[in-house]
Amino acid sequence: MSGPPAAGRKQVHLAAQLPGIHNVTVWSDPRARSQIAFDSFLHLAQTAERGRFDFFFLAEGLRLREHKGQLYDLDVVGRPDNLTQLSALAAVTTRLGLAATVNATFNEPYEVARRLATLDHLSAGRTAWNVVTSSDAFTGENFRRGGFLAEADRYARAAEFLATARELWDSWADGDVRADAVAGAYLRPGAGRFAHRGRHFDISGRFTTPRPPQGHPVIIQAGDSDTGREFAAAEADVVFSKYNRLDQARSFYRDVKGRLARHGRTPDRLKILPTATVVVADSDAEAAAYADEITRAQVSPQTAIAHLEAVWGRDLSGYDPDGPLPDIDPDPDSLTLKGHSLFRRGRAETARRWRALAERRGLSIRELVIEISGGQTFVGAPRTVADAIDHFVQTGGADGFVLVPHLTPTGLDDFVARVVPLLQEEGVFRPDYTSRTLRDHLGLPHDRGEDTADPAAEEEAS
Amino acid sequence: MTASPLHLAVALDGAGWHPAAWRAEDARPGALFTAQYWADLVTEAEHGMLDFVTFEDALGIQSAAFHRPDDRTDQVRGSLDAVLLAARMAPLTTHIGLVPTANVTHTEPFHVATGIATLDHASKGRAGWRPQIAARAADATHFGRRTTPQLTDDDVRDPERIGRRLRPLFDEATDVVEVARRLWDSWEDDAEIRDAATGRFIDRGKVHHIDFAGAHFGVRGPSIIPRPPQGQPLVTSLAHAMVPYEFATRSCDVVYVTPHDRAGAAAIVAQVDEAAGRSGRDMRAWPLLRFAELLVFLDAEPRAATHRKTHLDSLDGAELTSDAEVFTGTPGELADLLLDWREAGLDGFRIRPGTLPHDLVQITRGLVPELQRRGAFRTAYDATTLRGHLCLARPNSRYSQERQTRK
Ligand SMILES: Cc1cc2nc3c(=O)[nH]c(=O)nc-3n(C[C@H](O)[C@H](O)[C@H](O)COP(=O)(O)O)c2cc1C
Repeated sequence: MSGPPAAGRKQVHLAAQLPGIHNVTVWSDPRARSQIAFDSFLHLAQTAERGRFDFFFLAEGLRLREHKGQLYDLDVVGRPDNLTQLSALAAVTTRLGLAATVNATFNEPYEVARRLATLDHLSAGRTAWNVVTSSDAFTGENFRRGGFLAEADRYARAAEFLATARELWDSWADGDVRADAVAGAYLRPGAGRFAHRGRHFDISGRFTTPRPPQGHPVIIQAGDSDTGREFAAAEADVVFSKYNRLDQARSFYRDVKGRLARHGRTPDRLKILPTATVVVADSDAEAAAYADEITRAQVSPQTAIAHLEAVWGRDLSGYDPDGPLPDIDPDPDSLTLKGHSLFRRGRAETARRWRALAERRGLSIRELVIEISGGQTFVGAPRTVADAIDHFVQTGGADGFVLVPHLTPTGLDDFVARVVPLLQEEGVFRPDYTSRTLRDHLGLPHDRGEDTADPAAEEEAS
Repeated sequence: MTASPLHLAVALDGAGWHPAAWRAEDARPGALFTAQYWADLVTEAEHGMLDFVTFEDALGIQSAAFHRPDDRTDQVRGSLDAVLLAARMAPLTTHIGLVPTANVTHTEPFHVATGIATLDHASKGRAGWRPQIAARAADATHFGRRTTPQLTDDDVRDPERIGRRLRPLFDEATDVVEVARRLWDSWEDDAEIRDAATGRFIDRGKVHHIDFAGAHFGVRGPSIIPRPPQGQPLVTSLAHAMVPYEFATRSCDVVYVTPHDRAGAAAIVAQVDEAAGRSGRDMRAWPLLRFAELLVFLDAEPRAATHRKTHLDSLDGAELTSDAEVFTGTPGELADLLLDWREAGLDGFRIRPGTLPHDLVQITRGLVPELQRRGAFRTAYDATTLRGHLCLARPNSRYSQERQTRK
């Protein structure tokens, strides 16, 4: 039995992520299946839809990481092209939002706007775009434009990129496709005409794709720097964060929500969703033991050493993962792990902090890496997890979570079967979808120029 | 039956290939941007056991003129990204090949290559690609990064002349396809090892940088997605002149050509062979299939197709013109023509339905049974991959071959 929405209590938003390149995925588990096969994506997406989640999310990485001059071989690697994969998933889901990370540095607005508009049409209004800016010359080697953009330029380009995409989506009005066969009028004159002149883009012509059902796809941002947070406050509908400990999460939440008024927006206009992991079992004790097991599988002895090497910038393969941290200092000039946005700055300071922590707590290399990797976010019996999620949201830590399962593709089966019903009973999570578009699931306005018929009318469950 | 069976593909575009097709009786012009519209067409094509469907596309809006935009509002305008459209169809079908058009002049080669590889994974081995250069100069302003040649009215009267003017873009296209093929090969088939003992997910000796450095761009690689199920998804191109024939022989698995009779087909096949000879391609090791294009209006009733076409011509205010031969008649008459032209050395046909769904249904329920009766077309799918339908072998990764020969 699910209760009605509880008066005065915030509703929880939930998203599922199929992790791409990451060591959170316990691929050594015998139940782990392909990271690439469509059936894996189908399983997780349909699980999320059965759980009435807001959306399904895919991260992006455009170059395989390299470690000490060779491809990094310890993590799950390999991922499909986001928008292509989500378009296929649109065929096997009907309500679930579909969120793609697409980099604003290694793409052009005309094409990204077109692909996002296409996905919004093909999913009848379920598309979101996570606008990321992370870039370096290393990734640039796979692209025509190549190169590296300075911190400030990355967001300047991203902001202009997004503004341009919006101009392209708006270049067709909702009713521009008339399709009036008797009058012989297919479209309104001038549909799709655009001209944008700016610092990063000077483009004009005609956009090919009618206005997306949502007007504009949902915009997500995931930057953490001051510029990144400001960008989110000004432009985004959803912001992802890495802060899933309640104290840090609250301060991120306060900070970002506090920036909205400056941009003429109310706090409920932007949903803040930290990344979280969940371990559910019959009892709290069983869950805790299972969580330990998972974390140890995520940080294998080899992974622990590689993690340390990324900070030290040195070959540490001679060190014992079960022994103490090295007493030599990091090499400030060498970057052993390429293609990862962490570990670029402040490595000497990080090393000092880690060594102090390890000495204070008597931790081995592997134990230290397990400790700083943060472990699992929500661990316990179903009731414990449901209460913790509810508490986190009601007390100003988040508007919901992006759940990253450690097992592909069955990692959210238990959560959906056992925790979601409890959240529904408490009246803080929808018992069923009440809307068709992702904007509606998130309670966001539609960015539509004018009211037209329901875009999903012709679309039912193909 | 002596010759091997024909291969048949259908080219899907908007409401059909007649500019007034959207005004035909059974057209659904208001639904062209919905998934359901395309799903109905693709599943119909799969019922007809066709080898594959193609999806047209361009990075500029449609125009009645080849080389510049127009401002017409009385024809279908607007389109969806074809790679995403093909992917949207993948889970709804199980056998038919899905071949989207994707641009090679303005699009990043890395993105196209991973997009087509993803389509191949999502469809379990049914992906193809039609790499398309941006022939219209106006499309370049959508990107603002470069200019491309502005063809003149004189140019467009002569395919050979167009081909020569666009030669640099075809050369670049050759590089783009080469990059895509290297990226598809960059993970060997057995690169994912999941070796718990050493903690290694991949054998990095089996994942390769591609280190492509061309005149226009470079790509370091490797791909971010493992090797596609087909190894190499099918690469196809439409060609009307020597420069694009050369592109096809350097880069493609299938070439679509536009003869207007059997003799013309023989002449084109000879030209393609000549281009292949100059390129040094070993056609036995790496076959190039030749498909002829036809734009068709089909009805069981003799003359009904002609009436339909004439009516559409009058709605559009002009007689239909096309680069491909326009055929009107019965499915039986079309079967006669296909079997006759095939003797010129063709492997199959890509048919452009004049109106949708009408002419597609005439193909699947009229033409196909007719060809089956004559023993010239499959009566069931006997493969699950697109390469399988076309009897093309699955190639090895060039990098694994390299290692074997180095041993
Ligand atoms: C939760 C989270 C998820 C992210 N996902 C991606 C991703 O999928 N692809 C990517 O290139 N960057 C990703 N990023 C990086 C950010 O988008 C951003 O570009 C990076 O943090 C640098 O921006 P900043 O300097 O504002 O923090 C992610 C960041 C966070 C916090």
